[in-house]
Amino acid sequence: MNELEQKLILEIADDELVLGWRDSEWTGIAPMLEEDVAFSSIAQNEIGHARALYELVARELGTTADELAFDRSPDEYRCAPIVELRLLDWAQTIARHYLYEEADAIRLERLKRSDDPEIAGLAAKIDREEAYHRIHAQMWFDRLQGEPRFAAALAELRPQAAVLLDSELRGAHTPELPELWNEMTMVRRSQPAGTKW
Amino acid sequence: MVTAEQVWDVLSEIPDPEIPVISLVELGVVRDVRVEDGQVRVDFTPTFLGCPALEVMRDAMAEQIRALGAEPEINVCLDDSWSTDRITPEGREKLRASGFAPPAPREATAPTLVKLQSNAHRCPYCGSTDTRLENIFGPTPCRSLRHCATCRQPFEQFKTI
Repeated sequence: MNELEQKLILEIADDELVLGWRDSEWTGIAPMLEEDVAFSSIAQNEIGHARALYELVARELGTTADELAFDRSPDEYRCAPIVELRLLDWAQTIARHYLYEEADAIRLERLKRSDDPEIAGLAAKIDREEAYHRIHAQMWFDRLQGEPRFAAALAELRPQAAVLLDSELRGAHTPELPELWNEMTMVRRSQPAGTKW
Repeated sequence: MVTAEQVWDVLSEIPDPEIPVISLVELGVVRDVRVEDGQVRVDFTPTFLGCPALEVMRDAMAEQIRALGAEPEINVCLDDSWSTDRITPEGREKLRASGFAPPAPREATAPTLVKLQSNAHRCPYCGSTDTRLENIFGPTPCRSLRHCATCRQPFEQFKTI
């Protein structure tokens, strides 16, 4: 794995971790029970993907997935601003879900063709799980299509989705990231180094 | 001296932490076992990457191998080698008997909503294929929720991976 690939994998891992965290915020309060279950499951998958991607880079760097996920400062994260947003509106949540899955499918296809068998193998595995996220996102897209609130959410978020596929556009963060980081790393920071769970 | 057969035997006694009716070997997550100089190396291929049971599985395998008097090394394979097709025929029957519809075979193309909504999914209780998709997601990442129109029983359907 070369440096460019490490950077790319970390970007995707950061996206998946942060989005997984945001998706999990619907647990218990989604508009219907089915979506409570769906978003909780999707969140669990995304964080699982983040972990596996961190693991792959950690092996190269001689560190651990936890250190990569939680021991960096907020400005060292490479996630796209769109995943950082705390969306409390269902139309916006579905718009982000749809746009994210659309971009994620494109980058996973690229990774599946990587010359590095570890990257290609993991991308193929992740893609099989993401297939179910895409079906879910499409189902909601079809259901909400034509609704003005959903159309407005899509129009607002679509420009931000471009960052997901372009490393050059990354680096800027929303003011929401530090607070999210604080929540995400709280348990880890409260434990002395070397604590085993 | 521990043999690979002994290791396979103890691994086949370890229940899946979330669906204890089937063993880790029946689930197909043990890809390979190699024994060298008292060291046992197990290639472990995870199911869903976010599955919280993975750690429990890994620790249980290590513990059983230690009980045989050997040093375990559990190598987690982060590749595409696990598929629901790896669940053994015995494992699939045990799943069905416990009310979990076994996964459909993996196809060349990714699953689609049309396929998930089709009548190709059999109720594990009465055998009817008049079943409806209720939710792509369920209590764990590996399962969907369906409802049988014939016996009016909701059931959990394994996703195909």
